[in-house]
Amino acid sequence: MSGVLVLIEHRQGAVRDVSWEMLAAGRKLALELGTGCAAVLFGGDEAMAASAAGRVEQVIHARHELLADFNYEAYQRALVALVRERGASVVLVAHTAFGADLGPSLAVALDCAVVSDAVGFAKSDEGLVVTRGLYASKLCADRLVPAMPVVLMGRQSNFKPDEPGVGGAVEAWDPAGVLAEPLRTRFITLEELPVTGIDITKAEVVIGVGRGVKEEANLVPVRELAEALGAVLAGSRPVIDAGWLEKERQVGSSGKTVKPKLYIALGISGSFQHVAGMKGAETIIAVNKDPRAPIFSVAHYGIVDDLLKVVPALKQKLEEMKS
Amino acid sequence: MKVAVCVKRVPDIAEADVRVDSTGRDVVRDRFQFTINEADNYALEEALLLKENHEAEVTLVTVGGAEVAEVLRMGLAKGAARAVRVDSAGLEESDAANLARVLAAYFRQEEFDLVLCGAIAQDTEDSQVGPALAGYLDRPHASYVVKLEPSDEAMTVKRELEGGLLEVKELPLPCVVTIQTGGNTPRYASILGIKRAGSKPVDELTIEGLGLAAEEYGAAGSKTKLLKLYAPEVTGTAEMIEGDVPEKAARVAAVLKERGLL
Ligand SMILES: Cc1cc2nc3c(=O)[nH]c(=O)nc-3n(C[C@H](O)[C@H](O)[C@H](O)COP(=O)(O)OP(=O)(O)OC[C@H]3O[C@@H](n4cnc5c(N)ncnc54)[C@H](O)[C@@H]3O)c2cc1C
Ligand SMILES: Nc1ncnc2c1ncn2[C@@H]1O[C@H](COP(=O)(O)O)[C@@H](O)[C@H]1O
Repeated sequence: MSGVLVLIEHRQGAVRDVSWEMLAAGRKLALELGTGCAAVLFGGDEAMAASAAGRVEQVIHARHELLADFNYEAYQRALVALVRERGASVVLVAHTAFGADLGPSLAVALDCAVVSDAVGFAKSDEGLVVTRGLYASKLCADRLVPAMPVVLMGRQSNFKPDEPGVGGAVEAWDPAGVLAEPLRTRFITLEELPVTGIDITKAEVVIGVGRGVKEEANLVPVRELAEALGAVLAGSRPVIDAGWLEKERQVGSSGKTVKPKLYIALGISGSFQHVAGMKGAETIIAVNKDPRAPIFSVAHYGIVDDLLKVVPALKQKLEEMKS
Repeated sequence: MKVAVCVKRVPDIAEADVRVDSTGRDVVRDRFQFTINEADNYALEEALLLKENHEAEVTLVTVGGAEVAEVLRMGLAKGAARAVRVDSAGLEESDAANLARVLAAYFRQEEFDLVLCGAIAQDTEDSQVGPALAGYLDRPHASYVVKLEPSDEAMTVKRELEGGLLEVKELPLPCVVTIQTGGNTPRYASILGIKRAGSKPVDELTIEGLGLAAEEYGAAGSKTKLLKLYAPEVTGTAEMIEGDVPEKAARVAAVLKERGLL
């Protein structure tokens, strides 16, 4: 019995790593619930099904022309049918652009509960307790789901993938019946960012600037510090949204993932979407005037102070050391 | 084209001290500054661009208490024609999906070609309301949209995927779209706009007026229940660098040197 269905996300011919994270979370949840776990692969190919089978006991693979590209409508119809057919209790999707497009309306179609940004689960006498983050990662909430099924949207970069080697079975599932009707929305194409030559992922030292920098003019001393350190300038999403730095310099779940030797976070609160893109840095130094800023949970060194004071002082110190 | 923008009044939390209150199920609000939800501000701008370029009529729709008035006034000052406030009395225990159900009840009373929501509310961070609303209304939707372009009876949207990738899609009207930050530059209200806002209509509705049965909203209508809110465990092992600014700078420089980072 596969009570937990985990949707495999793939794009441009490859399974996305976040799906292996969800699969590991789904298997753990299945154990907790005393049921089985299956990966659900829509579209994709045999190689993808096989690599999923390396990580979970059962893979349900459905192929159909409407499932070739991600489309929440097609995925939703197929999942509703599958959940009903199998009597599944949980559909786990990643809280990504795909998962967030699909999860809430899937729950409406199933007339069931949905919980976003799930980071942990526990069974209780009253139902499933799902832990999630909110208020810019400053708080956690425990939400009770009294009745199954439930759609869970799991947080990216939060669950550790299992090592492959499971040797699961792949089962073909025919979705033709539920996909007979045409879709209302139409996928046109994927558009890549223009290539500009800026590549923050190769830099050994990255300075990340956040909304705490307050205004564009304050980037001037930050650039001077970057020069003194031989660092590349990057930013959190609000700084990019404001147009102060190019989109290619955005660090985080909807930007780039960097793993430099040193990451200096200036005026960045440490939302999980940002942290997902920089927590792999070898050394992280965070400057933030709020002692409770979540960034201090991932930093190795923390400074509670005004970045506009610390930045020039540090630059000066570095110059003194050079001469 | 009739366009509705769903707006939420939220605390500005970036620099706020967010604390759980004595009930353990809510936050202490008295020291918060409140604003329009960031993504909703971008959604409003997108609607105002549709007004300027495609003669759209823009209506603000919110679920909240009387204190939401200030946010509505700002939206009206920027150029929305009118506002609708559904009073939130009775919705204290509603989860996000249930809020979508409440909004759907309103959108069944008044038809719009396009309903815009923010991609996510910055306080409760569900990113559920837009797509769930579309589900309840049985309308197509697209989420995390950074660009929209209307054509006859349809809307071409660009959705933001991870890593800077964009997905281009076409949706028939009427539809629901959630707007992600960064696709436009939200304007400020003009003095003239602020003067005019006062005379624009704000319709007030109640849950009862939406024709929802008691089991369809609030705790009874919600399929999840908030058990508790709490501060996350501090997992970090960061060395906090103390002292005055020059001392802090010196310590950082020393660390960089020790670690071979200079
Ligand atoms: C789908 C989705 C994808 C996203 N993708 C990304 C992403 O890829 N990357 C990303 O970064 N975000 C992303 N976000 C946004 C994310 O949720 C946060 O809103 C964002 O990371 C916050 O940026 P910030 O830390 O710079 O700003 P804030 O959260 O506003 O924090 C500013 C910080 O600066 C501090 N500060 C203020 N003044 C000073 C001063 N003078 N000196 C020192 N400190 C000061 C404050 O205490 C505060 O902690 C995404 C959101 C969504 C919904
Ligand atoms: N109380 C509300 N009134 C009107 N719209 C809301 C309300 N709450 C959420 N929304 C809309 O739904 C979007 C996503 O909210 P959420 O799903 O709660 O993250 C917001 O950006 C708003 O556009």
